Amino acid sequence: MDAAQRGLRESATFDRATIAGIQHAAASGVYDIRGWGAKRALPHFDDLLFLGASMSRYPLEGYRERCDTDVVLGARHAKYPLHLETPVTIAGMSFGALSGQAKEALGRGAGEVGTSTTTGDGGMTPEERDQSKTLVYQYLPSRYGMNPTDLRKADAIEVVLGQGAKPGGGGMLLGQKISDRVAGMRTLPAGIDQRSACRHPDWTGPDDLAIKILELREITDWEKPIYVKVGATRTYYDVKLAVAAGADVVVVDGMQGGTAATQDVFIEHVGIPTLAAIPQAVQALRELGQHRHGVQLIVSGGIRTGADVAKAMALGADAVAIGTAALIALGDNDPRYAAEYEALGSAAGYYDDFQDGRDPAGITTQDPELSARLDPVRAGKRLVNYLRVLTMEAQTIARACGKSHVQHLEPEDLVALTIEAAAMARVPLAGTDWIPGRER
Amino acid sequence: MDAFMKDGLAGDTITFDLASDPVRALNAELHDPSGKVYEVLHPAGAHAVAAGIDRGITVDVRGHAGYYAAGMNDGGIVTIHGNAGTGVAENMMSGTVRVTGDASQSAGATAHGGLLVIGGSASMRCGISMKGVDIVVGGSVGSMSAFMAQAGRMVVCGDAGDGLGDSIYEARLYVRGTVGTLGADCVEKPMRDEHRAELAELLAAADLDHDPGGFRRYGSARRLYHFTSEHSGSY
Repeated sequence: MDAAQRGLRESATFDRATIAGIQHAAASGVYDIRGWGAKRALPHFDDLLFLGASMSRYPLEGYRERCDTDVVLGARHAKYPLHLETPVTIAGMSFGALSGQAKEALGRGAGEVGTSTTTGDGGMTPEERDQSKTLVYQYLPSRYGMNPTDLRKADAIEVVLGQGAKPGGGGMLLGQKISDRVAGMRTLPAGIDQRSACRHPDWTGPDDLAIKILELREITDWEKPIYVKVGATRTYYDVKLAVAAGADVVVVDGMQGGTAATQDVFIEHVGIPTLAAIPQAVQALRELGQHRHGVQLIVSGGIRTGADVAKAMALGADAVAIGTAALIALGDNDPRYAAEYEALGSAAGYYDDFQDGRDPAGITTQDPELSARLDPVRAGKRLVNYLRVLTMEAQTIARACGKSHVQHLEPEDLVALTIEAAAMARVPLAGTDWIPGRER
Repeated sequence: MDAFMKDGLAGDTITFDLASDPVRALNAELHDPSGKVYEVLHPAGAHAVAAGIDRGITVDVRGHAGYYAAGMNDGGIVTIHGNAGTGVAENMMSGTVRVTGDASQSAGATAHGGLLVIGGSASMRCGISMKGVDIVVGGSVGSMSAFMAQAGRMVVCGDAGDGLGDSIYEARLYVRGTVGTLGADCVEKPMRDEHRAELAELLAAADLDHDPGGFRRYGSARRLYHFTSEHSGSY
């Protein structure tokens, strides 16, 4: 008989996960560090619905009438902007956090569908460069592995100020994942718990960032688009400042965005939901005359389906980025490793100990035997399938809304199911013309 | 060659006057050089002067440079005859950068290799996150210098400000004068013969003749290499 059948009542305040957290802190004296993103329920894309065409709007025929998905990123200043075939890109994830096989699979998958993949906190590996048709090179506070040769090999440069899982925090990689190769790339002793800086070492504030971006452009002869990535917090102001500093593309990562290793308290309590961040970013770009014309917006944090892609774009994103979903496509949390997840004290569908280096799926590990379980070719193919499904799903919705390009989706195509989502997304509550916070 | 002035044939000094030539023209030439020796006049605090050099050319900058002078230098021999702004020689890979005057914040930040010599003093965060570079400062350095310094060597012939070597990894620091305070996990270490020998080499490379015996050595106690709540008071 389970607890509920016996008449036991779980505390909403002190639920079992909370009790386990207190017990873990008391027993170990260490806060919980884990991977994944925010697990709490948040207002999200699920709280939005599309208004398909009927009488007042004219739909497009599925499978017959064109609905384009390509996107150009970084044409504002760069000599060579990116031209992607799908607006679904792969977010920054490091070699170190991920196995070499996983990075290769991401590059293979992204390349085959004509989208970009991104390095992470730890530098660019030759394998990653070779397997990625379009590679975005992250420029992070730690500058691990940063060098001008790789900078010139990149197709775009992403200056990272923060990420949604931990806006205001630096990276972490625990000792069990610092193999000799990872340590060498980061110029650190093997086996130590590695903490990345949270602030850039040679600039502070938007005025300095403008000069930093100028330097990066000078070093790379103004060839490459420069992105600025922020974790979603004061998004309206951050986007305005990023544009003023010279960004070609702004990446906004909501609090559902994943991480390989961060304090649980940080993941769950810092930042704002993706849904709340997009309209702020779009407002900033509109006021600067850049939306859909000059600076592109990439949104990440909790993108799972083509519906999420379409909703993010309808709210004003030019493209999206996926991280957690891409890892799941590669094979993360696969039920075939159920017994091994259980042995690690977790379960398939729950596994978030990416910091631990013992991933049975061979993705978030540096262990040679575990890594070898992931076939980069087959995993890359799964990612190809998934990216194509996302793209086709977004097209399905766009056609239903009468759009010949997914970028033509607009807020007027959306309604919200909850007052919270209506207020955050700035679209009307379904069946009403009420947008909370806006004068009628 | 209309946009800038070139004196004579390859092998001679090629001169850019930033009073009229844009920095873009200078850097484009330095990235695909037609000569080996360059002179830059009237930098007037321009940013990113001589950034991104990737081979062994020589550049003399006559005057004060702005932010990120010789940024990401990889093999160039760059001398700034004046002061340098924030982030001089940031992320240098190899080569030599000399500043005859003072340097602003974050001199040599994250640099992986090469030699940075500052004749005068350097401001805060000198050598922050250094990853293998050698830095020799003729004067003093400001607070939080060698913060999270990972590898390489820093020599300070004057004094060091507060928080020297905070959260330092494997870099070695030599200071001749006083240290305001040491940062978290940074400790004084004994000077042995091998340290005096490498210090003598670094001083010689910077054309300084101080007695290595007059310096103290600092480095990591390696107590913060693993996360534990027992060290929470250290941060």
